[in-house]
Amino acid sequence: MYDFELTRPTSLADAIKALGEEDAQPLSGGQTLVPTLRQRLAMPSTLVSLTGIEELKGIKNEGGTLTIGGATCHADVARDGTYPALSELAGLIGDPHVRNRGTIGGSIANNDPSACYPAAALGSGATIVTNNREVAADDFFTGMFETALDEGEIVTGVKFPVPEKAAYVKFEQPASRFALVGVFVSKGADGVRVAVTGASEGGVFRWSEAEDALSSNFSPDALDGLSVPADGMIGDMHGSPAYRAHLVGVLTKRAVAKAG
Amino acid sequence: MTDVTMTINGRAVSGAVEGRTLLSTFLRETAGLTGTHIGCDTAQCGACTVHVNGASMKSCTVFAQEADGAEVTTIEGMANADGSLNTIQQAFQDHHGLQCGFCTPGMVMTAAALLKENPKPSETEVRDYLKGNLCRCTGYHNIVKAIMAASGQDVSAIAAE
Ligand code: FES
Ligand code: FES
Repeated sequence: MYDFELTRPTSLADAIKALGEEDAQPLSGGQTLVPTLRQRLAMPSTLVSLTGIEELKGIKNEGGTLTIGGATCHADVARDGTYPALSELAGLIGDPHVRNRGTIGGSIANNDPSACYPAAALGSGATIVTNNREVAADDFFTGMFETALDEGEIVTGVKFPVPEKAAYVKFEQPASRFALVGVFVSKGADGVRVAVTGASEGGVFRWSEAEDALSSNFSPDALDGLSVPADGMIGDMHGSPAYRAHLVGVLTKRAVAKAG
Repeated sequence: MTDVTMTINGRAVSGAVEGRTLLSTFLRETAGLTGTHIGCDTAQCGACTVHVNGASMKSCTVFAQEADGAEVTTIEGMANADGSLNTIQQAFQDHHGLQCGFCTPGMVMTAAALLKENPKPSETEVRDYLKGNLCRCTGYHNIVKAIMAASGQDVSAIAAE
């Protein structure tokens, strides 16, 4: 690993100041970033650790909206249970050690095309809170490993409206534990949402044809005959674009059945 | 260099570390506790699993500075006060839960974390909890068996002998 300075602020204000330095990069749970540094794929001059900032941790439930601090680990979300589909998703990320360390803010900000949390945020119509604004999930995830975050801006929390029904189904890639394909569906005050992760080269996306079909009839049958094109799907040693496109259809049906 | 102090198995250990010094390195090189093994160094194998403030973590993914002030438990802190093997360790010996032993410190720390959360896990729950710990020797059956036995459950029907 290249050498760097590590700072460990205890307040958000100090963290933002430290991130203003040249080549400074935020470090959350580090479950992706530390291995990346080990492989010399990143060379920050300063890492600003966010895990010592208490104000970024914790889960609050206010009037049907669940607000999760950016530095809250997956295990805490899994234990919470207020939004069952979200807690289940968090409890299936990686392995127990990763869940004790990895954070929701880190996952959302990294926007790995196969990560689970982006599907939950987009599929629930969540709002991403940063140190200086709030961004709808629809506008936040802009492409594979790309988000609307500016330089030096961090995810301080995520606000989830708890829907009437929701479910996540993940077809796990057994070596990495990431989703080969994962689908999050929800039905709430603002309608039906279907968010797909692991499949597209553009990262997490909403499957609008499925949303339209499910809006009038929220049942797996409503999806009969619908499919996503293989064009633009990820192809790698674990699955071809056509296979992933097929999984999107199958898993969406399963998620709807599970949501009930 | 930055000075850090943490409590490891009940003993305060201090040392000067670089930004990039990992907790696994600190445990092995500064505290001299080489029971924590480094298998992959990239967060995949779980051989480096320790408990930080009661939660299991892969110490190769935590920087030493991030554990400043923490309570850390390693495999060296697992034996009984008189030096005899604790229940989990003894069960690994009794049920042949190890061969080369490289993965074993991580397996024992993971088993301890599991049994604290879930004192009587099912076989499926044990296997699920071991997802982050790789073993290249045993084929896992006897590890699962040892953990079930350590939880006080009958293991005669579990997997292959
Ligand atoms: S050495 Fe830490 S997970 Fe393999
Ligand atoms: S006993 Fe050899 S790696 Fe597990």
